[in-house]
Amino acid sequence: MSRYRRENLETQVERERTEFFAALNNLDRRSFLKVAAASCAAATAAGATFGSFQPLRFVGAQDAAGNASNAGFKVAYISDSHLYVKEKNDRFANALMRAVDDVNAMEEQPDFVFYGGDLAQLGRPEELQLGYDILKELKAPLKIMVGEHDWYYDMGEKWKSLFGEPQWSFDHKGVRFVCLMSVLEEDFWTERKMTPAERMSTVAGLDNRVQRPFQVGEASRKWLEETLADCPDDKPIVVFSHSPLYQLYKDWNFWTEDAEEVQAILSRFEKVTVIHGHTHQLLTNQIDNISFHGLLSTAWPWPYAPQGTPELTVPMNRSDPFNAMDGCGDGEFRVSAEGLVDKVYNIWNRKPILVPAAYVRDGDESQMPPRPNIPNY
Amino acid sequence: MKKLDWKSFLFGAALGVAPIATVAVVSLTSSEATAQLWGRFRSQAVVAAPGQVVVCSETSVDDGAKSENAEFVASSTQWTRGFDDSWVAEELERHPIKKIDDNKTVWNIKGSQKEGHTYGNYTEADALLWKKETERLVAEGSLIFHSADLLGSKNGVSCDMCHPDAEGTHAETYPKYQVQLGRVALLRDMSNWCLTQPCRGEAMSGDDPRMRALEAYMHAMRSGKPMKYGKH
Repeated sequence: MSRYRRENLETQVERERTEFFAALNNLDRRSFLKVAAASCAAATAAGATFGSFQPLRFVGAQDAAGNASNAGFKVAYISDSHLYVKEKNDRFANALMRAVDDVNAMEEQPDFVFYGGDLAQLGRPEELQLGYDILKELKAPLKIMVGEHDWYYDMGEKWKSLFGEPQWSFDHKGVRFVCLMSVLEEDFWTERKMTPAERMSTVAGLDNRVQRPFQVGEASRKWLEETLADCPDDKPIVVFSHSPLYQLYKDWNFWTEDAEEVQAILSRFEKVTVIHGHTHQLLTNQIDNISFHGLLSTAWPWPYAPQGTPELTVPMNRSDPFNAMDGCGDGEFRVSAEGLVDKVYNIWNRKPILVPAAYVRDGDESQMPPRPNIPNY
Repeated sequence: MKKLDWKSFLFGAALGVAPIATVAVVSLTSSEATAQLWGRFRSQAVVAAPGQVVVCSETSVDDGAKSENAEFVASSTQWTRGFDDSWVAEELERHPIKKIDDNKTVWNIKGSQKEGHTYGNYTEADALLWKKETERLVAEGSLIFHSADLLGSKNGVSCDMCHPDAEGTHAETYPKYQVQLGRVALLRDMSNWCLTQPCRGEAMSGDDPRMRALEAYMHAMRSGKPMKYGKH
């Protein structure tokens, strides 16, 4: 806005209005509805925003819409809801319901909805059941992954009874999807004589150093290798894992201990995308042939780790604690006909941010997401 | 693992009143200057009768008003020393804190000006005592920071959920004009905002022992960041 600082208010409103209607021509209908909703909100908040029009521009909408009409498909995602029982905390439950509403309101329904783990906060059966009850309202089919918060109270018993096995794979429109259980921890609880509840709250603390680093484990790595054995090298692969399948910051378990072994299994494929939860933030990485994308949480954003954030990541603006849902959200990713993934972070109350494969994989800086104006420190 | 609650914590504190003198003898040099200094410190440490030490009992978690009395605060466990602190080691294993200054510059000073100077005759043992005492307060803050119950949070939310290792607390930037509040805020004002809004709990008074401990923890964990008051 600094370019226009010297305009008077009338000129500014007129200009924003013109830009807004110009932007409308470039939108598909779904995005149009978003713009309409945003302008209503902007009008409501007119006092606070000093009459500014604040149109919502879908970053890269032309590209995404243009490509989508050729081929490819869309997957929506929701992640890291960290539900307590409703009586204790209605806020997190409401946030998950908001995400479900977001996805159900998509004009072009996704082929499926991917849930990125940490449905519950303390792994209690009631928390998982609440999550199950909310997620079953989704119109599109649900594919769900397990997170450490879901697992370490009863070691996955309730989760498995609701959602089945934690590892699965399937083919969809020429792409192989694989889900890995990547939050195994070595036993630290037996020696310390911890109760299940103590074990769970130890794992639930992000900065708790008593817990062990996450790993996929030998059995699951073998399973991954066998699952991909029949795939030719040029088949696009999308891997889901709760922890990032690379090593970023060990103290918070933004980390997978055997990440290199897993990457080695994936190295023969030309197009691999890893989608991971756990980090609650916009996070992008590329290691050789593998693109990595984080997921937003519906519950709260994590700050960026003090070190290790990949250079490729354009961080999201620091969250405003006074804006209750800021930094949280959901989103979608589009898989192109070639099997490349464009990732959309739908940060609530902000403009969605597109992280296209052209930027992550091919390093096209013109496709770089917009930079934050408030630095993280 | 032994779970620590406030009651056993305070019980330990009450027991700990007795060995104060012993610790002092063991850890401090016997030089006259040090002895004088120790006397001064000890006179500040108001030793409470066991019945008085109820600052952080479960009832007072819900009743912040009690701690508005400065005398009451001074009698809290934070001002006594030498009691059983095995819980400190446990807490620091779970949540390690930033390294504290070793104060090498003030012990065993070689040179002519040390005679009669406050920092003239300290030894490494003294510095270790300072470290231990300071870390105990920081560990107490860590305990509260990571516990919805001790914070009095009504919805299970604790500080560490948004601020692992106190990241993003920006303790080094206060005081600042907090735009969202429309006034100048101290770190404790912002903490109280968090306590009442995301945690849906009660605000603490500025001299609440829990608030003092929380501030100690946040300052310790932001150690090394340049002080920059007013920064957003």
